[in-house]
Amino acid sequence: MQTLRVNGQTHTVDVDPDTPLLWVLRDIIGLDGTKFGCGIAQCGVCTVHLDGRPVRACALQVSQIGDGAITTIEGLDDADPIVHAVKKAWIDLDVVQCGYCQPGQVMAAVGLLKTVKNPTDDQIDSAMSGNMCRCGTYMRIRKAIHLAAGEAV
Amino acid sequence: MTRAEKNLHTGRRGILLGGGGLLLATLWPAASSRAATGMLVEDAPAPFAPNTYIRITPDNRITLILPNIEMGQGIYTSSVMLIAEELGVDLAQVEMEAAPPGSAEITGGSMSIMTEWMPLRQAGAAARTVLVQAAATRWGVGPESCAVGSGIITHAPSGRTLTFGDVAVDASKLPLPKEPPLKAATDYRLIGKPQHRLDSAVKVEGAAVFGIDVRVPGQKIGTVAACPVVGGTLRGLNRDAAMAVRGVVAVLVTDAKDAVCVVGEHYWAARKGLQALRVEWNVGPNGDVNTRTIYDQLHEGLKGPAIVPSPKGDAESAIAKSHASYSAIYQQPLLAHAPMEPINCTAHVRPDGCDVWTGTQVADRARDTASEITGLPKEKITLHSQYIGGGFGRRLEHEYVTQCLHFAKQVNYPLKIVWSREEDITRDRYRPAYVDEVTAGLNEKGRVTAIKHRVVGPAVVARWDPPELTKEGYDEDLSVATLVTPYSYDAYRLEFARREAPGVITAWWRGVGGTRGLFVVEGFIDELAERAGVDKVAYRRELAKANPRAVAVLDQVAKDAGWDTPVPNGRARGVALQFAFGSYMASIAEIEMPAPDTVLIHRVTAVVDCGQVVNPDQVISQIEGGLIFGFSAALYNEITLENGRVQESNFNTWRVMRMNEAPRRIDVRLMDSREDPGGIGEVGTAAAAPVLANAMAAAQGHRYRTLPLLSPRNLEKEAVR
Repeated sequence: MQTLRVNGQTHTVDVDPDTPLLWVLRDIIGLDGTKFGCGIAQCGVCTVHLDGRPVRACALQVSQIGDGAITTIEGLDDADPIVHAVKKAWIDLDVVQCGYCQPGQVMAAVGLLKTVKNPTDDQIDSAMSGNMCRCGTYMRIRKAIHLAAGEAV
Repeated sequence: MTRAEKNLHTGRRGILLGGGGLLLATLWPAASSRAATGMLVEDAPAPFAPNTYIRITPDNRITLILPNIEMGQGIYTSSVMLIAEELGVDLAQVEMEAAPPGSAEITGGSMSIMTEWMPLRQAGAAARTVLVQAAATRWGVGPESCAVGSGIITHAPSGRTLTFGDVAVDASKLPLPKEPPLKAATDYRLIGKPQHRLDSAVKVEGAAVFGIDVRVPGQKIGTVAACPVVGGTLRGLNRDAAMAVRGVVAVLVTDAKDAVCVVGEHYWAARKGLQALRVEWNVGPNGDVNTRTIYDQLHEGLKGPAIVPSPKGDAESAIAKSHASYSAIYQQPLLAHAPMEPINCTAHVRPDGCDVWTGTQVADRARDTASEITGLPKEKITLHSQYIGGGFGRRLEHEYVTQCLHFAKQVNYPLKIVWSREEDITRDRYRPAYVDEVTAGLNEKGRVTAIKHRVVGPAVVARWDPPELTKEGYDEDLSVATLVTPYSYDAYRLEFARREAPGVITAWWRGVGGTRGLFVVEGFIDELAERAGVDKVAYRRELAKANPRAVAVLDQVAKDAGWDTPVPNGRARGVALQFAFGSYMASIAEIEMPAPDTVLIHRVTAVVDCGQVVNPDQVISQIEGGLIFGFSAALYNEITLENGRVQESNFNTWRVMRMNEAPRRIDVRLMDSREDPGGIGEVGTAAAAPVLANAMAAAQGHRYRTLPLLSPRNLEKEAVR
């Protein structure tokens, strides 16, 4: 049995300790906003927050999490000015195309703005380069992060 | 919609809510916010359903049923705009449903707007006409005295109003006009004006349901291993170790013994089970295919017989008589699609019916294969089309639906199959490899007198849609950038030598003819300009002079990119011009190469004339994204085989351009045009390889005619240069 704190709720799940968090979220708890892309922490579509920091849920075994607080895209607090600003910027700039990677992009962007209030292009590139987008929405993501940074101040 | 179709809809809803097929209804928020969030609905029966695109209920719920699937290209928003423009509703007012088989169209080839431009507007206009007629009749006034907006009909002289819902029942009894008049372009309130995507919020919130997110009560999850060599079959299987994994419930084999599926309570159990499974394959006839085999065969095709579709003049003798001639050979690799959403499909097969949930660009084919495999009649198959997490042509194939059905028919629970990324890349159906040779006859000034262009490679259409292969055996997709071009030649000869690659199945991609053709032709034209010592924009302008739309985008991009201004120190520029997918585009890339294996793309400038624009910012978005998709392939991507096995398997070996490598700037200008709309989804991708290769040639002083540009093959030559 593994006990996890996800979006403020405690879940006890009966899985092997090596089970990646991703599959507990998606297939057991039923939080599908966190996506599967590669399974080897290469693409970032499974990005969630562990104690506020972006991590790849596909490569994080449940036994490694302990009592860390997990936040998924569904659990982002819209009252948080950074969360609100990021989502709004994404919608205002029509960032999404297919949208599959975007929950992960949003999680990574919120994580970035929590630590760097007003990132440069280089800081954005370095924080976001682990999040692939096959549709190629990178320029709009970069622009949306700048926009959100301005609005969240 | 006919009565029978209506009954079918009502009946389907009954099955969905009553039986094992209950789907995601509980996940949907209330109807009012559904419209605003972009959640897909299914099967809302309505008295007013004048055609396959529109349903209006008495409570004024307006559902638009969209014939093309949304896979990122923004087609749901554009389709809604086309209907709403004529129907007289607001975008935020409508709910969206993916069209079921029978009324769904194939989504591909950048065709959606070209195909739907007339019918969707006509559907909206016809519906509005009878809704207004119904209101006018109720009021006893002339329909011409009524106005429509936001789904409300207003009789201004008396101030009376009725909603579409109020008159839905009456309107359903009126005959529809066959050819309703359409608005003049000057009256558009939506078309041509930027509209926000209707699916943004739902995707940003992580609430959009992609195929992989479908959750059906009682479902189990399987993951698959197909024979790693095409054409091979299962030799031996020991289920014990897999079945011993906690959570594994079944190990299934297809009837054809070409794939196995381990089913578990969740994906991780299935995945661990598959890793534990002892499976041996007979590799079959393709066990010795290597990349070299494929390229050798293509290069051999440069000699010998070929098909010659639509020759113009006698290019061969014109070249022979020319002052000089110039030839070049270009080579392009097999390419995977690797959409971010791995291949998946969910199916529930029952004695009395079958539900399939998946993202597909070919809804009818998905339904038909389910019917074939289950033996159930087509009307017993319900396909629930989901948002697609990246198409790029991958989901024009439906073999994963077929495969899912082969497994699902063996079990009595709903089965979702999810391929690992490794399965997704190694068992993809690939964009073909090609070898081309182009020869130009040239006059004293280095200008073209005639062109002969031989294409060697597969005819994708021969497998995908056999009747479309011409009697002579030609695949007309290969005409893009060859026979269909912004340039005019006095004599032109296209030759096609068909060579189907052994050991792989080839398929569509984000453009096949357009992307492969432009890399060759725009590279070759660049070479001719270099050889002639003429400016590359000027050289193209002369060749395209009979084509004003082509010249206009070329001149505009030269202006926008500052082509005539000095290139900043250390940088180089490349240009490309195209007419493909019904649209014109010229593009200029400005790059820097601090090392032979490093390409910094500082800026791409593009000017597009795609005729009448429907949703301008989404056209721009498609160009931006299409370029980046194409840059990944152009710089990095090549599927290779050893002993019939694909060597690339995940994003550590299949490199995708990341944010830090993407252009800092892409500037896209749309020309103002009232021509009929062209396509846009593949336009940017088609430009990517040629514009980048041309810029790299300018930067390095020599040219790569082989893709990918940063292949070990090219870089090894660089090391000894």
